[in-house]
Amino acid sequence: MNRSALRAAVPPLVALVVLLTLWEGTVRLLEVPRWLVPPPSAIGAAGAQEASSLLGAAVTTGRSALVGFGLSAVLGVLVAVLLASSRMVERALYPYTLFLQTVPIVAIAPLLVLWFGPGPRAVAVSSFIVSLFPVIANTLTGLRSVEPSLRDMFRLYGARRLATLWKLELPAAMPHLFTGLRIASGLAVIGAIVGEFVAGFSEGSAGLGILVLSAYRQLRTDLLFAAVLAASGLGLVLFGVVSLTGARLLRRWHPSAQGT
Amino acid sequence: MAPPGLPSPSPLAPISGSGGVRVKVEGLRRTFPGNVAVLSGLDLDVAPGSFVALLGPSGCGKSTLLRLVAGLDRAEAGHISFTPTLERPQGERAPIAYVFQDAHLLPWRSVLDNAALPLELTGVSKPERQAAARAVLEQVGLGDATDRYPAELSGGMRMRVSLARALVTHPRLLLLDEPFAALDELTRGRLDDQLRALWRKLGMTVLFVTHSISEAAYLAERAVVLSRRPARVVLDRTLELPGERSASLRTEASFAREARLLNEALEQGERW
Repeated sequence: MNRSALRAAVPPLVALVVLLTLWEGTVRLLEVPRWLVPPPSAIGAAGAQEASSLLGAAVTTGRSALVGFGLSAVLGVLVAVLLASSRMVERALYPYTLFLQTVPIVAIAPLLVLWFGPGPRAVAVSSFIVSLFPVIANTLTGLRSVEPSLRDMFRLYGARRLATLWKLELPAAMPHLFTGLRIASGLAVIGAIVGEFVAGFSEGSAGLGILVLSAYRQLRTDLLFAAVLAASGLGLVLFGVVSLTGARLLRRWHPSAQGT
Repeated sequence: MAPPGLPSPSPLAPISGSGGVRVKVEGLRRTFPGNVAVLSGLDLDVAPGSFVALLGPSGCGKSTLLRLVAGLDRAEAGHISFTPTLERPQGERAPIAYVFQDAHLLPWRSVLDNAALPLELTGVSKPERQAAARAVLEQVGLGDATDRYPAELSGGMRMRVSLARALVTHPRLLLLDEPFAALDELTRGRLDDQLRALWRKLGMTVLFVTHSISEAAYLAERAVVLSRRPARVVLDRTLELPGERSASLRTEASFAREARLLNEALEQGERW
């Protein structure tokens, strides 16, 4: 790690230590009951004690989120390409993609159970629905942001529709596409956990959503916190992988990725 | 960085000159939405292999004319013809090269792949198009920058890649729309020299749109000054300047006289 990276890491670490100390001190001083707000030390202990079940749950949820995210990435780009193919198509269909943005996933999760049965499949679909829209919207913006002169140049040399898409529009849309994928990566995990709340009960290993629910029912608030932390950790990992992939791909040409 | 003053065309990799076409524009009319007549009945006859500068006030229709000639836009009336014809037996068209005001490179492609793009789009095999791109990059003095990316180049180098990309198809007609306007004076002068040298060597027809009187006088054999829109020809003049030109020409009396004539025509065109 170089010096500037080290320097950048210090302030948030200091803030974290201060926050945890305050939290621990306040909870102990005021003797807040553990089931209401557990101190960080108890959360840590619960996490360590239940490490293997937390890890198993994270893997289960992660798998569903990955499937949902993967579907969003592939279908989102395809839908964006379709919408970008003509203004007519966009005008006809884009308003309906907004439903994806506004649909209350908790409310339609029971439908997913009806259609896909309880278990990982319904969970993955929930993750997919929640994470699809940002991919469509950002990719579409990217496809639309190609400079007119570059389009002219492709026309001048008689480029076919597919060549223009493949060699001009998609590469030009990459920075936007990756913005969409980064947003989608976080949402995919959220969608998976919400999905598990409703549809996650099945034979086999339980996901983090199930772990949160069962910890809540047993009033094991320390474990609940640990599961929530694991869930955001999962989101961060997915986000990090997507960001790094984007930075690597764009490194040599796009300002957003310079200096990475 | 390339060493300064480098851009003299290399003799190592000659590009075969394909000669120029005659461009004949007759009664061209183009009206933009809002009933803005940009061209209303413009005539222009450009001899094959000649270098013609188009001058005129901003928004007078110079760029529109260029786009129409390139086939990027359609006129409501009038006719543009090329002799010999650019139509090929297979039904496709020999490419016309177009250089925009900005380099307009694809930032995700290396210099080599940018220069090879026109050939790639017309289906030339990879080894063939890369060899052609290498040769043409050599010509513009970028033989050692083929693996770099546009973001790593100076503005002048980017413009040279753009020029190389235009020349890679061995065009018989080269259209340039204020290509060097965004560059500093020194770089611009160098690119002017280079463009003129390439033209003398390759012999294509060149239509060069510019705002700069001195650039027009320095580069062209013939200057056409257009009025404000709808564009009409105010002055059409064959410049009385030597074929061999260098920086010292800019200080000579003959150059000053041509520049003054162009200037007067421009001012006259503003009032039309």
